[in-house]
Amino acid sequence: MRIRSFLFGVLVAVVVWAPGGPARAGHGLFNPQTFTLKNGLQVVVIPNHRVPVVTHMVWYKAGSADEPPGKSGVAHLLEHLMFKGTKKHKTGDFSRIVARNGGSENAFTSLDYTAYFQTVAADRLELMMGLEADRMSNLLFDRKEVDTERLVVLEERRMRTDNDPGSILGEHVNAALFLNYPYRQPVIGWEHEIKALTVADLRDFYKRWYYPGNAILVVAGDITAQQLKPMAERTYGKVPGRPKMVRHRPMEPPQSASRRVELKSARVRQPSWQRIYLAPSRITPIMGGPGVEHADALEILAEVLGGGSSGPLYRSLVIERKLAISAGANYDASGLGPGRFTFYAAPRPGVSIGKLQAAVEAEVAKIIDKGVADKDVARAKTRVLAEAVYALDSLATGAHVLGAALASGRTIDDVESWPDRIEAVTTEAVNAAARAVIKGRPSVTAVLQSAGKG
Amino acid sequence: MMAVLFRLTVLLLLAAATPAFAAATKNGKFVNIEAVVSPGGITAWLVHDATIPIVSMRFAFRGGASLDPVGKEGLAKMTSTLIDEGAGDLDSQAFQRRLQDLSIRLHFGAGRDTFSGTLKTLTKNSDQAFDLLRMALSNPRFDAEPVSRLRSQFLSGLRRDQEDPDVIAARALSKMLYPNHPYGRPVDGTVETIGGITADDMRGFVSRRLARDNLYIGVVGDITATELGQRLDEIFGALPAKAAPFDIAEVNAKADGRTQVIDMAIPQSAIVFAQRGLKRNNPDFFTAYVLNHILGSGGFTSRLYDEIREKRGLAYSIGSYLYPMDHSALITGSGGTANGRVVETLSVLKDEWRKMSEHGVTAAELADAKTYLTGNYPLRFTSSGNIAAILVSVQVEALGLDYLERRNGLVEAVRLNQVNRLAKKLLDADSLTVVVVGQPKGLKSTP
Repeated sequence: MRIRSFLFGVLVAVVVWAPGGPARAGHGLFNPQTFTLKNGLQVVVIPNHRVPVVTHMVWYKAGSADEPPGKSGVAHLLEHLMFKGTKKHKTGDFSRIVARNGGSENAFTSLDYTAYFQTVAADRLELMMGLEADRMSNLLFDRKEVDTERLVVLEERRMRTDNDPGSILGEHVNAALFLNYPYRQPVIGWEHEIKALTVADLRDFYKRWYYPGNAILVVAGDITAQQLKPMAERTYGKVPGRPKMVRHRPMEPPQSASRRVELKSARVRQPSWQRIYLAPSRITPIMGGPGVEHADALEILAEVLGGGSSGPLYRSLVIERKLAISAGANYDASGLGPGRFTFYAAPRPGVSIGKLQAAVEAEVAKIIDKGVADKDVARAKTRVLAEAVYALDSLATGAHVLGAALASGRTIDDVESWPDRIEAVTTEAVNAAARAVIKGRPSVTAVLQSAGKG
Repeated sequence: MMAVLFRLTVLLLLAAATPAFAAATKNGKFVNIEAVVSPGGITAWLVHDATIPIVSMRFAFRGGASLDPVGKEGLAKMTSTLIDEGAGDLDSQAFQRRLQDLSIRLHFGAGRDTFSGTLKTLTKNSDQAFDLLRMALSNPRFDAEPVSRLRSQFLSGLRRDQEDPDVIAARALSKMLYPNHPYGRPVDGTVETIGGITADDMRGFVSRRLARDNLYIGVVGDITATELGQRLDEIFGALPAKAAPFDIAEVNAKADGRTQVIDMAIPQSAIVFAQRGLKRNNPDFFTAYVLNHILGSGGFTSRLYDEIREKRGLAYSIGSYLYPMDHSALITGSGGTANGRVVETLSVLKDEWRKMSEHGVTAAELADAKTYLTGNYPLRFTSSGNIAAILVSVQVEALGLDYLERRNGLVEAVRLNQVNRLAKKLLDADSLTVVVVGQPKGLKSTP
């Protein structure tokens, strides 16, 4: 069902980089047009005239990692409240107007950003722009509505996290993985802090981060920059500009100890195991560890190791040794803060976590030791670049990729040059990246266990 | 495990966020569908679009998990996961590797009433893609290694289902509503039945169920009608002309207002509910569709959303939807709320059900529902794959080649007195049958 949802940065990373962009090196990716309004709003247009429809998104460079200490969940609760009233529109009007115009809408909060979007017939675009511009600066905060919506968010937390042992473990893993970086806080917030959020907390966060210079407007579909510009000036152009706020993120210090986080629950019927290494994102290196130059190679490494049933981990653990139900690897590079490189496996019945872990460790050691083969790198590159063509099948993908990238501190050029950079990744670079991120590096091992078993 | 959860969430995101593709063209007409008939007599519906060099195909065979023999529940589903794990001269690894190296997406699935498949390929690899599909359909191997491996993954999935209150609730509800009918049995089978399904069972399923006379095909993308015609014979021509006959009884759900509570130590109860609905071919179907939209399906604007979430903060997710099947139909829905608020949530739910039955909807609500449903319809055509899926379901439901163009007119034609007459006749709060998984305060199973 369509729900206002929050998403972990990790999830969006999959959206962003699994599909990728067009495979034609030297041709860019989404070929967007861009301009900036006088009040500082950056506008990105991705023309696509296949059908008379547009996706209209506003991204704010403010996510859960930008919350003040003790106020976890404020970014996400604010996202919910953005559907309530403004000075111009009373509560519920926003969604009613979108619906009456046949539009689909939603919003999501992540570690690094909060985004709002509607998909509508192209001739309804300016109406959506007017509504979105209105709630950029005119939101009202009604105490009673805040209290009711808080209950909704607490139910959302119960559904997503408290009801699910795997998600509870995930919260502990994030808190262990990051000693200091704010990614250690859950996007939805800790229950006791959600309960304590005040109207003032919400208003402060809104006033601090919601303004044109901290937002990105992305429109994909049957429109050009030339057509969009006067519409943008008539709507968003009227929102007053403000001096820029700087995002201050505490840095993650060098880490020296590996940690193990284990959750045993009677509710768990299928145990699982993960090992997570801090890895560079596309813009943030690991202090005392690998730098951002490894990001593209790590993407290929994850595809070589984790790419379906022909990857070495799956082949060895699942097919040959019959120890695991599943096994693989993935890499998240999308955030403004540090990324992560993850190995995962789930044991077959009767196989201990210890035995499973030893088997993964042996495979990973082999990969570090011997390196990956040229032909496997070539195959992985072909697959990654082919996904890019599929990405063009959907109007929203380009808007999501560019919006998330820009809201996380990256540039359009960085996104557009992605196919060229992937094309240029060498086997040596993949092996060097594997060694830099894994060999001798501290990690967090996460274990989900059935209660009462080894 | 977490990786799986991530992917599911991503799919949800894309489902919510992906915009329209090609339903309404510039001149306001819907997509141009051609009914392509191969030289060998196989029909497919095609929307030709060469904008992007990809081809999407969907297909469905009528006859799904409802035909699983008693004690072999999960047969159709398990066949769907193994049919592309080795075929012809390629074993499981070789087959999967070829798909992967050519970036071909091939998946099969089984529902209650159909066995279906989806193929997506870059145009340049379409020859190989069609050939791999042909092999999977006509010559699947079901070798011992992949059968054993996939069986263990299947069992792992069933174990995970036992952790999931929503799945437990949905299974229990089916069982309550259809105690003596295949619709009451689990599509995914059980730990016991999955253990007993053999390669021969799956070979039997393929030879009896996959044929040309129960096959429906939709294709969208970079392929011409002429080429598709030839390909259809190559891909599907070797299938038998006729599927084995079957007979599934028409059945009315045993929706009699019972409540079942299943104990689970979790902070939020999962709630599912259902009453009888209307089948797709019922003349009142569109009226019911509009009615349910106002009641519980209107995204952020339905009555249930308004009363349960917006006004009272009782749930994050709450909604109802029509669930027509080939031989029965439901209006069903789900929600989740803290254990201490289940009784209140159910009471508001039943009150809204009753209110709509007694007083109907307003003219303004009907008008809003119509502008939403008609305006939003084009946005449902989110990608070539989605359009292909719609082409298949329109054929399965025998709605006709011009259905896409007629559909908004059918919504527009729904009148207020029809909606309100149907609300009175159809909606019956006392028949709502409910399953709650959790530890709801003050709620007990109906004896």
